[in-house]
Amino acid sequence: MMKKYSAVVIGGGSAGLAAGITLKENGIEDVLVIEKDDMVGGILNQCIHNGFGLHTFKEQMSGPAYAERFKVRAEEVGLNIKLKTMVTHIHEDRTIEYVNPQEGYVTIQADAIILAVGCYERNRGALAIPGQRPAGVYTAGQAQRYLNIDGYQVGSRVFILGSGDIGLIMARRMMLEGAKVYGVAEIMPYSNGLPRNIKQCLEDYDIPLYLSHTVTNIYGKDRLERIEVSKVDEKLRPIKGTEMYFDVDTLLLSVGLIPENHLGDEAGIAMDPRIKGPSVDENYMCSIEGFFACGNGLHVHDLVDYVTLQAQRAAMGAVHYLKNGKPQEKECRVMPGKGVLYTVPNRIHPHNIDKTVEFFFRINEPVDEAVITVRCGERVLRQVKKKYLVPSVMERMMFTAKQLADIDGDITFEMEAVSHDE
Amino acid sequence: MYDIVIVGAGIIGTLMARELSRYRLKTALIDKESDVANETSMANSAIVHTGYDPEDGTLKALLNVKGAEMYPQLCRELGCRIKQTGAYIAACGEEEEAHLEILADRAERRGIEYAWLSNEEAHIQEPNLSDHVTKVLDFPTTCVIYPWEVAIAAAETAVKNGTELYLNHACTGIDRTETGYVVHTKDRDFDTKMIINCAGIFADELYAMVGTPDFEIRPRKGEYYVLDNTVHFVKHIVFPVPSAKGKGVLAVPTVYGNTLIGPNSDFSDPEITTTAEGLAYVRENITKTLKNIPLNMSIRTFAGLRPSGSRGDFIIEEAKDAPGFINIAGIESPGLASAPAIVEYAIDNLIRPRTALEINEDAVMTRERPVVMSELSEEERTEMIRKDPRYANIVCRCEQISEGEVVDCINRPCGARTVKGVKKRVRPGMGRCQGGFCEPKVLAILSRELGIPMTEVVLDAPDSHILIRENR
Ligand SMILES: Cc1cc2nc3c(=O)[nH]c(=O)nc-3n(C[C@H](O)[C@H](O)[C@H](O)COP(=O)(O)OP(=O)(O)OC[C@H]3O[C@@H](n4cnc5c(N)ncnc54)[C@H](O)[C@@H]3O)c2cc1C
Ligand SMILES: Cc1cc2nc3c(=O)[nH]c(=O)nc-3n(C[C@H](O)[C@H](O)[C@H](O)COP(=O)(O)OP(=O)(O)OC[C@H]3O[C@@H](n4cnc5c(N)ncnc54)[C@H](O)[C@@H]3O)c2cc1C
Repeated sequence: MMKKYSAVVIGGGSAGLAAGITLKENGIEDVLVIEKDDMVGGILNQCIHNGFGLHTFKEQMSGPAYAERFKVRAEEVGLNIKLKTMVTHIHEDRTIEYVNPQEGYVTIQADAIILAVGCYERNRGALAIPGQRPAGVYTAGQAQRYLNIDGYQVGSRVFILGSGDIGLIMARRMMLEGAKVYGVAEIMPYSNGLPRNIKQCLEDYDIPLYLSHTVTNIYGKDRLERIEVSKVDEKLRPIKGTEMYFDVDTLLLSVGLIPENHLGDEAGIAMDPRIKGPSVDENYMCSIEGFFACGNGLHVHDLVDYVTLQAQRAAMGAVHYLKNGKPQEKECRVMPGKGVLYTVPNRIHPHNIDKTVEFFFRINEPVDEAVITVRCGERVLRQVKKKYLVPSVMERMMFTAKQLADIDGDITFEMEAVSHDE
Repeated sequence: MYDIVIVGAGIIGTLMARELSRYRLKTALIDKESDVANETSMANSAIVHTGYDPEDGTLKALLNVKGAEMYPQLCRELGCRIKQTGAYIAACGEEEEAHLEILADRAERRGIEYAWLSNEEAHIQEPNLSDHVTKVLDFPTTCVIYPWEVAIAAAETAVKNGTELYLNHACTGIDRTETGYVVHTKDRDFDTKMIINCAGIFADELYAMVGTPDFEIRPRKGEYYVLDNTVHFVKHIVFPVPSAKGKGVLAVPTVYGNTLIGPNSDFSDPEITTTAEGLAYVRENITKTLKNIPLNMSIRTFAGLRPSGSRGDFIIEEAKDAPGFINIAGIESPGLASAPAIVEYAIDNLIRPRTALEINEDAVMTRERPVVMSELSEEERTEMIRKDPRYANIVCRCEQISEGEVVDCINRPCGARTVKGVKKRVRPGMGRCQGGFCEPKVLAILSRELGIPMTEVVLDAPDSHILIRENR
């Protein structure tokens, strides 16, 4: 007989743990969390730097310390976690196939499934950087794992491509380990990292940040010997004659994270191409009934606090669904307009909103001051002025159920920069 | 004293070693690389062409048709994947349609199956065919293989039958002796009666160590994109109409579901490197026959060098100024497709007349396919895990490969010694994360199974270290 669960959470990172705990706290008894690694915590385990939990716990802690709080809570609520267990397939009928050395291949049935599968790093292959194929080119997260979990140094003369947060944190980490970091190249005219990381990880260590630059060639037959870095034009094309060379043995790539959407995709769950993760509604429910998504497997987060928050909301969404079934009314789309990259959720059922719904969104370029307008057709639902917006920082906006009760069409989020020229 | 030393363990050298391991011979197979099939046989279009393309009267024509016929049986014997995808040659306009007639005529005379498809029929089969395509010639028996899988399986078979395999052994010089030759490498010398030169793009250099080459190898680069295996772009191989510049830029659905888009053709830069220009050429020219090209789903790019010989045709002959030194050179496309026939031809015409070939009764010419969990039924998988629970420990989440499979590929004859070696054999790192998740795990397994520290595990060549020192 196929074993049945009310709710199964796939992934035991910060999102999965928070979701599992919330389910238990809200009266769902038979919850199962499935994690492929031999410990829970996910990516937090390799983030030994401080900078987690400022919002949730009002204190600065390391990634493992943040995870520990949730581990303790998971034990208190008696959360059932299967470690070293890989989910291989999920299906529209909410069956889940997993495999582990104790049980072999097993299929189970769930009433609700929460996807909390995390993300993977964009790599050299996807970027198609020309040149040779030596050892010494790593994604930043991979190097971070070698350093912080396995305890090995990957190189001594380092360059970093991409100014994502992991790259910035690794720049400092490598310096502290005695390596020399020659610079960080960023193809965009602005950094994709959090401002605090630029300050604390680059400026404090005199590491140059080359904006509008990219790596255009890689040299070395066995181990990396040298890289070529070029300036790029407005269309991001390398400019001939601007080449610089760095004799490094290590290139770290911090060029973006992509939600691990393969399981969901295979099951037929609709993806939002802007976030590369599932399209979700106000309850974080995916296009297929009974599936929910959160964490980096939904859209990539820079702050773990928001991961926790959204995971809790996804879990509440699942609780709501287990009690009430799926919303019957027609949904309204929530769309990024001018200046906005994406919104989560990207669709809502206005009358299914419990008390409030919070929208998370990112803008597409840094601005000193801007007006954010949320509208439904011609009608302006809200207009606010904001200062110092950057794409790397996620913006949030809360609406009450009442404010959205009478909308009758798609909602758009727009950003207009305020110019102070005259 | 060896009877035969084979220099070069690409598809030609490994199939040669396997075929010779049928006989009572003392054979060494040597390669400068850390693994077999690490050069041209690692980076190509992987197509078993049927043999309609080479011109009449060439060895290419003779051996391609023959080789293609031999592949299904060969792959069965070696437990290798082969997939019959068929190949569409897509013509745009009347001039190109006229050229298709020439190919059809050759196919007719060579006994190769073919079919004509109208524009409409072809577009139904392949919705991503460009609107410029007017007519298609289909070669339905065209197959794709995994070239290095075949080479590895052949080497494994040869090694089990007694062939000695020496990797990381570059031949640095050859001297003549009274009985034959001595092949020098940094670590040891090989006294041998005969040498078979299967050195790919270096075949002329190797020949120059004993004689005066009467041919030249001019490496010709080809670059590709690899698409994620979740993309189903084409079902058939799609070619443009061949021109003087070669077979053009194609789309190839590979055995394991990834699609290759490429290659270009470039003599100017004989290095195994990808270039911005080469890839731009591929991007531009693929649009000749196809549309909606999902290059945003590319997970990797790579380059290979064709060992183009100055004579145009394959060169399979004994060196005129070096008896017992056999050149198998200029093996460019359709070299892969022709490989088994090239080996048979060389043995029958060049080796047999010089050496008595006595059958080795103990030789086993077949190899059972290693366990691939994703190919097994539920019962078979359960049975495997019962015997060895490591087959339930998944180390690669893109391709869902278990620890058991990785361990097995290291511990077989001709087993993996490097991270790339594991990747070639069981595919962790071939998926969209390109090893971001699984590389640390593969590294740890290699370290454990080979009994070497983590810092000694290499990506590929002996100096390609991944970790430089322990931190704690
Ligand atoms: C390197 C890095 C540095 C960061 N630094 C900070 C910081 O300084 N401050 C801050 O607040 N935030 C930081 N963040 C952001 C935040 O910590 C993460 O985004 C958050 O921890 C992600 O949690 P998650 O659960 O979504 O994903 P993950 O932690 O990746 O968890 C996903 C889990 O799912 C498991 N899994 C995946 N697929 C399967 C499957 N098929 N079967 C079973 N299990 C599976 C994985 O093994 C993993 O454990 C950082 C993030 C990264 C990546
Ligand atoms: C872009 C491209 C696309 C192609 N597409 C196809 C196709 O679709 N179908 C097809 O049939 N063919 C194709 N080919 C051709 C096919 O790949 C080759 O014909 C075939 O791989 C050649 O095999 P090989 O064993 O001769 O050479 P290789 O695989 O290059 O083997 C030669 C070996 O010799 C070793 N070596 C060289 N010098 C020394 C030395 N001094 N000491 C020790 N070892 C040495 C090298 O390390 C190497 O391993 C393509 C080729 C390219 C480049």
